[in-house]
Amino acid sequence: MRYDNLSVLELRKLLDNKEITIEDLFNNSRELAIKLNGDYNNFVTILDKLEHSSNKNSLLNGIPYALKDNFSTKDILTTASSNILKDYIPVYNSTVYQKLIDAGCVLVGKTTLDELAMGGTGTTCHTGVVRNIWDKKRMVGGSSSGSANAVASGIVPFALGSDTGDSVRKPASYVGVVGFKPTYGRISRYGLFAFASSLDHVGIFARNVKDVAIVTDVLKGKDTNDMTSLEDDNINYLDNLDNEIKGRKLFYIKEVINVKTNNKETDEIIKNFKENIDKLRELGFIIEEVSIDKKLLEAVYPTYNIISCAEATSNNANLTGILYGPRSDKDNINDMIFDARTKGFSELIKRRFVIGSYVLQKENQEKLFLNACRVRRIIVDKINDLFKKYDGYILPACGTVAPLLEDASDKLTEEYLILENHLQIGNFGGFPSITIPCGYVNNMPISINLTGRAKEDSLVLNMAYHISNKLGNHDIIARRDNDV
Amino acid sequence: MYKTVIGLEVHCELKSKSKVFSKGRNAYSEEVNTNVNVVDLGMPGILPNLNKYSVYEALLLASHLNCELASRLVFDRKNYFYPDLPKGYQITQSHMPFGTNGKFKIYVGEEVKEILIHDIHLEEDTASVDHYCDFSLLDYNRCGTPLIEIVTEPCMYSKEEALAFLDYLRHLFLYLDVAEARIDKGQIRCDVNVSLMKENDIKLGTKVEVKNVNSITGVKEAIEYEVKRQTELLNQGIEIKQETRRYDDSTKTTIAMRSKEDAIDYKYFIEPNIPNVKIDESLIKEVLANKIELQFDRIKKYVSNYNISFKDANLLAKDKDISNYFEEALTSSMNIQSLVNLLNNVILSYLNKSDKNILEISVKPDMLVNLIKKVEDGNITSKQAKEVLTKALEEEKDPIALISELNITSMNNTEELINMANKIIDNNPNMVLKYKEGRNVLDFFIGQVMKETKGSANPSITSKIFKDLLGKR
Repeated sequence: MRYDNLSVLELRKLLDNKEITIEDLFNNSRELAIKLNGDYNNFVTILDKLEHSSNKNSLLNGIPYALKDNFSTKDILTTASSNILKDYIPVYNSTVYQKLIDAGCVLVGKTTLDELAMGGTGTTCHTGVVRNIWDKKRMVGGSSSGSANAVASGIVPFALGSDTGDSVRKPASYVGVVGFKPTYGRISRYGLFAFASSLDHVGIFARNVKDVAIVTDVLKGKDTNDMTSLEDDNINYLDNLDNEIKGRKLFYIKEVINVKTNNKETDEIIKNFKENIDKLRELGFIIEEVSIDKKLLEAVYPTYNIISCAEATSNNANLTGILYGPRSDKDNINDMIFDARTKGFSELIKRRFVIGSYVLQKENQEKLFLNACRVRRIIVDKINDLFKKYDGYILPACGTVAPLLEDASDKLTEEYLILENHLQIGNFGGFPSITIPCGYVNNMPISINLTGRAKEDSLVLNMAYHISNKLGNHDIIARRDNDV
Repeated sequence: MYKTVIGLEVHCELKSKSKVFSKGRNAYSEEVNTNVNVVDLGMPGILPNLNKYSVYEALLLASHLNCELASRLVFDRKNYFYPDLPKGYQITQSHMPFGTNGKFKIYVGEEVKEILIHDIHLEEDTASVDHYCDFSLLDYNRCGTPLIEIVTEPCMYSKEEALAFLDYLRHLFLYLDVAEARIDKGQIRCDVNVSLMKENDIKLGTKVEVKNVNSITGVKEAIEYEVKRQTELLNQGIEIKQETRRYDDSTKTTIAMRSKEDAIDYKYFIEPNIPNVKIDESLIKEVLANKIELQFDRIKKYVSNYNISFKDANLLAKDKDISNYFEEALTSSMNIQSLVNLLNNVILSYLNKSDKNILEISVKPDMLVNLIKKVEDGNITSKQAKEVLTKALEEEKDPIALISELNITSMNNTEELINMANKIIDNNPNMVLKYKEGRNVLDFFIGQVMKETKGSANPSITSKIFKDLLGKR
């Protein structure tokens, strides 16, 4: 029997009926993880041994999962896919990892990411490139590359990632799984290696909205170790998935959809989106087109870049090789730090640090960093204003399917600027935002994204559940090149 | 001649159970590297956890420095690399310190001086580093200790003013019980800004910042050295460079560290992990409700309301507990000067000798009041009172109980005193003559009786007897 396409609740039933054991599930996951790792590089660490502390009251008891390798796991190597942490074994558990242990979950391994979660390609990991499980020639996107692939390939029914700009929702779209980033503060960030603290979110990959809700129910809540974490809303998301959505109002942004392009792929994605809007109207959603100043939308990416690089520079200043990480043998402290950081980070990371430092410098801060913070506020205010009338907005998650690795580039292209970067608005405002698979273009999965009001995670999951049911394409695992 | 202008940046470690941004214990003088946790070590993934009590302490200090209190909770990151700073940044306050624009009155000598406070902010201390010839040792216990920084305006014009301010500040910490403020433990550390200006100039001279002065004598010596150094330069017509210097303890000099051009850009920005929220009104209320009368106001009150000498008032008000003890004893009406004498002469010297706090001694304010009453009623003499008090302190007893236990009384036996007086009068005919001439020699006669009775004669009875006897001669 194959388990790799089963949902959490289906596995739960098998476990409860003793048709399968926790050991079987773990071993299946582990074997598949090992088998695929050579070709796809999904995992930095695959655990040898099953670790399980049983929790009979938990839906997730005995369920295997994967964790992005930037969550602190006591006694388990945690590299953030960076050379500077390649041998780092944390001494403490991140809150989410501890919660999953307490819920009886079984960790299969730590997944590969773009170095220090900075990147959107899955090509900058210290262990090499992560390849898309649907097509080895393509990227997975990032930075939660391994987690996206692990769920899409059926290794695990769910995985955790982190999402600072779109690092869960975009790779989810590229591999055809659900990717959810709840409200900022809904899930504690304690133990998540910080990239940009004001934008960082813990996110969840699963193959259907129901599984996402089950996992979010376990992870959410106030954490005394994270001052930005929210008081628990005391809502069970799973129980509220079925709530009536008739009459819920959504908008989409005209300027994002009206892209003039020569790319047939993008045209098809937009065509698919428009068709889907009609389908969702059949469900009872009221969907309207809204126009937002294009200049504001075009400011999203540079604003994101400035804020995230600035915070990243500071957040990663702890990586000096003094307390942990490879200590340089230079003979004075400045040279030691300089040497460790020069060797420990890749060029792309250094570039971000230089940008971050530059925008924070006294003479530039007002014009660059503080203005970026102001633009962020203006964008969030605009969206919040629309949220007074609408329950959320929907857009295509991305402008293309997963790009070919040979086309991978850091360059900005004018054409797709807005369509490729609107997901970052969700991070600016801390809005709950979910990517839902909705079809295929060029035999590769595509998705739509739904973003809602801050703190209304339950409503977003509720709407996403109906949308996903209507559009199909859930509980799918990738057709692999060499299927097992 | 030049006028010296001084500004101070004073750091002091605050008392608290846990560190300012972590749950680690705030006890840095214990065995090295034992009071550290993952947050203090800046491990990947950690987040700050603000200690509410430290916020209370900072606001309490700000309110006593008469600052405008911050309305929101805002912290900033100060970014720089140094191994004593594991995160690579220090969490501090630059955008909205807990207090700004304060005024703090002190006495310099007997003159009133108002110190202008630029701001007071809360931050975390770094690890302590011991440098050896070819290696350095780091103790992370101190990392994350709550640290308060008080920045003055350039408003002090002599080292005496600067030192007086530091002394008042140290007592402020003790009055509010927010810090041990032990100078010998390096708990108060200063950066000293010194500039010179021509007597009649309006514009301030170029400032030189002397960093890391870890003792009060250091502050004094740093100022002295800088004034001398800068005066010499100016006299030679050399312009003062704006720079940061370091105080060197062993040579008592300052050494150039970096010029203005090389000043570090700390790239301050708001700490994103601490929610920028309005400060609780209830917290502000609590802070304001706990405002107490400080050293300066007490000295002023003692001198003007109770006619106590400035010197005595100063002694009484230095320590909040002594001052409170004094005020408690004062509530029952009595001879204030006797109270001041017994306190400042007997009790304070005992406290110094025994290294005790006034709260620990056996003699409570009401007992002291009763003792003074005994003197006033003529039951014992003031000399006896002093002796009994000393004994009571040493033996940890109630002085009143001790009086009856040892059967101490002043000599009230009129017959005996008359006999004694007659003899004295007979033996001192010259003095009697002087008395008759109207000279004030009564004290001489009383003194003779006191000598013979070893101070136990009741002074008022004795005086009356002499007046009677001498009148009859």
